[in-house]
Amino acid sequence: MAPNSVTQTNVIDQEAERIREDLLRPLFRTSWRFYTVVGVLVAIGLPGLAAFIYQSYSGLGVAGLSNPVFWGFYITNFVFWIGISHAGTLISAILRLVNAGWRRPVTRCAEAITVFALVIGGQFPVIHLGRPWLFFWLIPYPSERHIWPNFRSPLLWDFLAISTYITGSVTFLLLPIIPDWATVRDRSTGLRKRIYTVLALGWQGTPREWHRLETAMSIMTVAIIPVAVSVHSIVSWDFAMALVPGWHSTVFGPYFVVGAIFSGIAALIIAMALLRKFLHLEEYLTPVHFNNLGKLLLLMSLLWFYFVFAERLTVWYGNETAEMPGFWSVQRGQFAGLFWTMVACNFLIPFPILAIKKLRTITGTVIASATVVVGMWLERFLIVVPSLEHKFLPYNWGSYRPTWVEITIMVGTAAGMVLLYVLFAKFVPIISMWELRGGEHATAAEVAARGVVGRSGAVPDATLLGTNG
Amino acid sequence: MDAIYGLFSSSDAARHALAALRTGSPELGIKKESIIVISSAPLEGEGLGWEEQRSRMPWLAVLGGLVGATTGYALASFTQRAYPLPTGGMPIVAPWPTGIVMYELMMLGAILTTIVTFLITARLPRYRDRIYDPEVSYGKVLVGVAEADRDLSAKVTQRLYEQGAEQVKEITGHQERLRERQPGI
Repeated sequence: MAPNSVTQTNVIDQEAERIREDLLRPLFRTSWRFYTVVGVLVAIGLPGLAAFIYQSYSGLGVAGLSNPVFWGFYITNFVFWIGISHAGTLISAILRLVNAGWRRPVTRCAEAITVFALVIGGQFPVIHLGRPWLFFWLIPYPSERHIWPNFRSPLLWDFLAISTYITGSVTFLLLPIIPDWATVRDRSTGLRKRIYTVLALGWQGTPREWHRLETAMSIMTVAIIPVAVSVHSIVSWDFAMALVPGWHSTVFGPYFVVGAIFSGIAALIIAMALLRKFLHLEEYLTPVHFNNLGKLLLLMSLLWFYFVFAERLTVWYGNETAEMPGFWSVQRGQFAGLFWTMVACNFLIPFPILAIKKLRTITGTVIASATVVVGMWLERFLIVVPSLEHKFLPYNWGSYRPTWVEITIMVGTAAGMVLLYVLFAKFVPIISMWELRGGEHATAAEVAARGVVGRSGAVPDATLLGTNG
Repeated sequence: MDAIYGLFSSSDAARHALAALRTGSPELGIKKESIIVISSAPLEGEGLGWEEQRSRMPWLAVLGGLVGATTGYALASFTQRAYPLPTGGMPIVAPWPTGIVMYELMMLGAILTTIVTFLITARLPRYRDRIYDPEVSYGKVLVGVAEADRDLSAKVTQRLYEQGAEQVKEITGHQERLRERQPGI
């Protein structure tokens, strides 16, 4: 081998090894901060679990749900978390499909959000049942009287859609992790090695394995996008199929999908910023990633505003007797404060931050994302509750106030979501190492390495330098 | 002897070694199918075996989707006919909701088929009888020969070193006993 090539190889080897060490550090080293974060999250989550047990023991009456508002915080949170779940798989799949090179450090962070948000979101219909031990009634099987669940019910569509989505999302997350688990296996000892040996499934890295993995991921990429769209469409049809004023709208499907992607991107940006800070991933999750995701968030903010405007305009212009009380309660009645806070959080605040290039920094995008997450939760609440409070007949109107049980469960499950994510980042490289090596990611040191190669006149090794997109 | 292999620092060197083993296979007494390449990231490009791979996975996924959709229709239509609810003149087997059930089970069928096909065709999980070196996870590319003729192993070793192998090792017996080989031995 020529001396220049040796120099080149050594520099590349060192850089590749440094990247692997950076990304594996959280798995092998545990600081006091990890235990503190886990402890705090468990402390927040346990009261939620206690409240859930209390509700299961006492009955659904301890929640604020009563005639006519039988859907409150639980269904709001269900819709919210299913929306957040669109952060990962959908965004990751779209970026994979268009072969966006900058996606590589982002995809796994995003896909993990999807899986855990689905796990948390999927709990809410069960919590909402009041008798969670009967959750299996949702599963399509004949009861002892040979009566099947009604396949024409959107609730059954929910079950099928979410089951399909979580199966696809878990697959989409786990398949590319296998080679990274093999790397962890090779660097571990003792019990850790045994665990990762099992998880890695005996992965070697042969051309056959790589080819099958790439093929499977290509299929999953194509398959998961329509599944993700269908999931939130079906969640919207839980509402739109009901003849409730304010819900029975054809725009709900795309409106919910857009809102889901909107809140999903916001959650992803926040998660990335926290990972960047706490796992010291500054070289991998760069301002470019936040800038690009910020632009996507800006686009979704505009789309969200368009859908809200279209939906509100149609209702207002129609001036249907049954729809207007609910409409005005949101525009200028008891829910007006929440509505205008939502507009501010989802459009008025994030729009200038994201539209002005100088403000579209990491801090800027995180601030915009935080407001969007709050705004999108409010949006879900404003879809669920005001319409139920103002159904067709005024004598049947009512009001809803959440109780401490609902609030505690909501906070507890949110802490549970973060806890799952923290544990995931502890046991799995949060950035795909093999994809990073095969991608366009370039650290400053790698760029310097390319300079060495360039001066030497040697042909760079495209794979190791990570330039082959 | 179960295998003899070299560890290379770059994919270019690995590619050259692979070409050398292939062209010299009659002389070295090795079958082309027994040549192995292992890396910690996909090595794209000519000569590394990637382009020779073919898979029916996409078609099987389509087939899985069709089976899923058929199952969805069968389930929805059977259950709606098994206990017909009054629908006010509307069809008992309603096409639109049945379409949703078919769609979701179609996608589930495709996804499950992809998972199963991936595991079977990639031959995973496989914890035994595999050729591997942990150095691969440190960025090295492994190129070697499985089931090489013991009498010709010195020639293979020499060939791998000539192509820039940093180390050449052999795996002997079923206990995966590793032994490093020096040039010319």
